[in-house]
Amino acid sequence: MSVEKREARQPWILLSPALTAVTLLLFVPLLFILVYSFWLRTATGADVAGFHLDNWEEALTDPFYRDILISTLRIAAITTVACALMGYPSAYFIARSQGNKAVLLLLLMLPFWISYIIRTMSWINILGVSGALNSALMALGIISEPIQMLYNEVTVILGLVHFLLPFMILNIFVSLDGIDTNLENAANSLGATKWQAFLQVTLPLSLPGLAAGGLLCFVLGAGTYITPLVLGGPRDAMFANLVFEAIITQLNWPLGSALSLMLLAVLGALVMIYNRYLGMAQLMKGLG
Amino acid sequence: METRFNMGWTLIRGWAVLVYIFMFLPVAVVVLLSFNASQFGNFPMTGFSFRWFVELAGNEAILRAFRTSIILGLLTALISTTLGVLASLALVRYRVPGANAISTLLIAPILVPEVVLAVALLLFLNFLGVNKSFGLLLAGHVIFTLPFVILVVQARLVSIKRDVEEAAMSLGASPVQTFFQITLPLMMPAVLAGALFAFTISFDDITGTLFWKPGGVETVPTQIFAMLRNSISPEINALGTVMIVMTVGLPLLGLAIARAMARKSGT
Repeated sequence: MSVEKREARQPWILLSPALTAVTLLLFVPLLFILVYSFWLRTATGADVAGFHLDNWEEALTDPFYRDILISTLRIAAITTVACALMGYPSAYFIARSQGNKAVLLLLLMLPFWISYIIRTMSWINILGVSGALNSALMALGIISEPIQMLYNEVTVILGLVHFLLPFMILNIFVSLDGIDTNLENAANSLGATKWQAFLQVTLPLSLPGLAAGGLLCFVLGAGTYITPLVLGGPRDAMFANLVFEAIITQLNWPLGSALSLMLLAVLGALVMIYNRYLGMAQLMKGLG
Repeated sequence: METRFNMGWTLIRGWAVLVYIFMFLPVAVVVLLSFNASQFGNFPMTGFSFRWFVELAGNEAILRAFRTSIILGLLTALISTTLGVLASLALVRYRVPGANAISTLLIAPILVPEVVLAVALLLFLNFLGVNKSFGLLLAGHVIFTLPFVILVVQARLVSIKRDVEEAAMSLGASPVQTFFQITLPLMMPAVLAGALFAFTISFDDITGTLFWKPGGVETVPTQIFAMLRNSISPEINALGTVMIVMTVGLPLLGLAIARAMARKSGT
């Protein structure tokens, strides 16, 4: 074999283990559940292979599934907006502060490393019947009986914001940090106020980071089932809870496959739209 | 105008401080309550005590969960880092046709919602005769930590110059010698960072793990989740504190080691 040919083969040899893993453990399984979603579950024994539209009909027409899909998207949207409102000024503060930027950023990265389940359950210590807030209110004499503040949609959103906010701040920070501050100064010297300069120069330039953070918050938020189980009540199920129920509790794997693919289609469409207009590069900058 | 700007900046700083408090207060309360002497482990606190940590150390189920999580995390880190480093080398060091498409394919496991990935893997491997098992759990953890390893390793690999390697080769080192004596030591911080990232993500995972784990096997997060179903006990807060020390302490230690190594090798 010639040297050039060997050179050309080398990267493929290096890539093949990872590509094989992704193919066998992600892409083939996704195709498999697409096929599986057309199978039928029987009350006894194995699922029947074939081409049946029953699961899809149930998943797409049952108002129960539709309502939960809509409320899932609503919760994810509210979470994303809350993350943006809380995150943008914070990211701006870190990007524009003098000096100890690294420490501020490191402080922000710490929650990434603190376990998701711990961060989620930590709100029970704050908002629970015998939690910090109730104890404080009772000690101050504002209430005489503890109030149940947990297990509703608001606490689910609170938990999600707490989980996802670092993703938002990091992405906005990455794009704010890349903006030359001279641009704002130039706008000022041309007569713009600080606020005008921010609105017309800095904000538009940081939109890609805001969009990347928003996409991550929305997709991760809409795909969760742990937060509603820990911080939500029985009526606060999200779409991923339905998938979990179908697969793990009811063992209805064909229906679970259809529901999973529905979730993938909705969230995948968002990722596609994002990729079409902004490209994946921005997203990877924030993750890497 | 100067004062108005200062006021704006004060508002922004105040807002950022509130956000930091929002992020850290609940976690701080977990740590605080884990040292609570009171029997039910909540407010009002009655005193300082290590009793919950002592009980934790004697809880067989939790110790088992720790063992499972650590073994799973180490194996995941080993496999995922190996695959990720090889792939990153190919993407950074060679001109591969369609490199962008390949990158997107390799990142795909984090673009697919984890629930969907969990269902697909569970059903497919079950079809192949692999039941819920430690093997399935490991396969799942490898596939969704792989993109993170690739992103981290690639980012650091770019900064290693090829000149040093070329110099070694021109002085007569074989490609294999060059790799083990020049490239690998230079890459070590990237490899360690990737491995640490994979370990932490695997150690923390619950979304996929609940789908893949066999009955009776618990990792630390699923163990906490199962304990939460009863009620929040002070033991959970103690366990949370241990987890926080582990998952925050380890990366900080890793960061320090990487810095020290980088300083020593002068890059």
